[in-house]
Amino acid sequence: MKNVISLVLAIAVILSFTVAGAEETLNGAGATFPYPVYSAWAYDYHKTTGVKLNYQSIGSGGGIRQIVNRTVDFGGSDNVLTPQDLNKDNLLQFPAVMGGVVPVVNIPGVKEGELRLDSEAVCKIFLGDIKQWNDKKIKDLNPKINLPDKEITVVHRSDGSGTTAIYTHYLSGACAAWKDKVGYGTSVKWPVGIGGKGNEGVANYVKRTPNSIGYVEFAYAKQNKLAHTLLKNPAGNFVEPSFDTFEDAAATADFDAKNHFATWLTNAPGKNSWPIAGATFILLAKEKKDSNVKTVKFFDWAFKNGDAKAKELIYIPMPKSLKDKIRAYWKANGIY
Amino acid sequence: MIFSKKKNPVDLTFSFITGIASVSVILITAGILYVLFKESSLSIERFGFFKFLTLVDWDPVKESFGAAAALYGTLITTVLALIIAIPVAVGIAIYVTEVAPNFLKGPVGIAIELLAAIPSIIYGMWGLFTLSPIMAKYIEPFLQRTVGKLPLVGILFEGTPLGIDFLTASMILGIMIIPFTASISRDAFNLTPAVVKESAYAVGATKWEVVKDIVLPYSKLGVFGGVAISLGRALGETMAVAFVLGNNNQITTSLFGAAATVTVKLANEFTEADKDIYLSSLYYLALLLFVMSFIVLAIAKFLLLKAERRYSR
Repeated sequence: MKNVISLVLAIAVILSFTVAGAEETLNGAGATFPYPVYSAWAYDYHKTTGVKLNYQSIGSGGGIRQIVNRTVDFGGSDNVLTPQDLNKDNLLQFPAVMGGVVPVVNIPGVKEGELRLDSEAVCKIFLGDIKQWNDKKIKDLNPKINLPDKEITVVHRSDGSGTTAIYTHYLSGACAAWKDKVGYGTSVKWPVGIGGKGNEGVANYVKRTPNSIGYVEFAYAKQNKLAHTLLKNPAGNFVEPSFDTFEDAAATADFDAKNHFATWLTNAPGKNSWPIAGATFILLAKEKKDSNVKTVKFFDWAFKNGDAKAKELIYIPMPKSLKDKIRAYWKANGIY
Repeated sequence: MIFSKKKNPVDLTFSFITGIASVSVILITAGILYVLFKESSLSIERFGFFKFLTLVDWDPVKESFGAAAALYGTLITTVLALIIAIPVAVGIAIYVTEVAPNFLKGPVGIAIELLAAIPSIIYGMWGLFTLSPIMAKYIEPFLQRTVGKLPLVGILFEGTPLGIDFLTASMILGIMIIPFTASISRDAFNLTPAVVKESAYAVGATKWEVVKDIVLPYSKLGVFGGVAISLGRALGETMAVAFVLGNNNQITTSLFGAAATVTVKLANEFTEADKDIYLSSLYYLALLLFVMSFIVLAIAKFLLLKAERRYSR
């Protein structure tokens, strides 16, 4: 008798688990960059609505492949897919959150936010055309700083990354020589420099190598107290990387629902725009209406309630105008 | 045998299950080979065998891929690691089997095996945060000031010492494979017949002479097998070197040059490979590594087998 009771109890326990497991779950996979903010949102969303979001940060390439094969409810990508690509695979695309990339330097005697660079100088440094910190070009931009007569060590990412895609896209847009010789992508053929694995690798190398320059995500530059540079934006102003200048880039960028928001946020025209920003995108399978409605519900909730959390994790929330554009895009596609 | 009438059903089931277990290993290996081949077919078609093997270029933007730099990096790091590891490992094995007092043999042996149990990512992080700064700050500038000034070998020490290079990566790799070589060498040394050693001691040979003239010649092949197994391990090692090699696709003669190995390339670029030909080329690299490792391990097994046969006689 006792055995029967424990058996019944065991079955009840198992059943209750399966019932709990049957709650609504959204499956996503893709870019690693937005993973911390998506999971923070997912945690809060689960608490308020009971809907679970399971996001696997397998990389943008994997995210695109998974949504093309329709094995997930949504894909995440740092890469901007062109309208042709999207139409070919019957996909929808919208930006979810933004980040910025910041050049960081380690030059003895130069303080945080002191060094001023324009896109030509950054370009020439990363092409290997400018080899010394006291090059005339850099000196002209920084007449007040005493720049050392030392060789520049360039540090870039060794792994494929959305950060690299944004950074190289900025360089491609800023100077023709880069576009011809290197181009842009998640990993490129670097003319000079050494590779660090991940943001932490680049941050580590720049921190301990005197006279070096690298690029990292904004959050990493802040957390590791690396000396960022000021950059001259296309409007001709020297800007500091901050939430304001990133938001300005997003607000003035030419996002268009007609081409599925396929716009890079680099070299934005705004007066106070930071020139190296990037959005991370969500990809949906057009024909899967039901799951899309659920996914959109989550991001709608995140747009309304998630800005503070995003900022806490040093991501840049979308400006309101852009959120409205995205909601209109959802409506036009019948999933909102 | 399976169908012989005397076998009872339990034995039959047993041999059936173990049979399936061993066949599955072969099937899985064949399956992996098949998948690698299939996935890389796009790249094989585009670049062919010799062009892919000899092209140094690796440019995802312009879709031009070649394996030369990655294979070169793999070979150099592995060879350097072996140069660092073999003397130390053989030294450890000789000490443990011949020199060490009995109460030390156990602890030293266990310590070596523990070293083998450390996950490679730990070596990688240790390399990035501890070894690499030390190399960049002290060891490499010192080498540059001293041996770097010599003619001929000077080219091995060119460039700014940054600690992200062949030398640092090979050091880590060397430390990683020491336990494998050491424990296999120890086993090989232990196979030396005690009678022969005792006879040598009896005619007045010193410890050094016994090791040099009796133990080492007896266990040559066993040691070589251990080295070959370490070689296979070093060829495929990823995380220990991924952080300190830089993944720079270049062929450089300097030990202070950043480079890439096949596995480092795969680990770094697989997740974000967004074009078909890019992904396919990565698979192609993996296929080449698979074949290379397979050959090396086959040679190792062959030599070990030969050695074992000789000693069991």
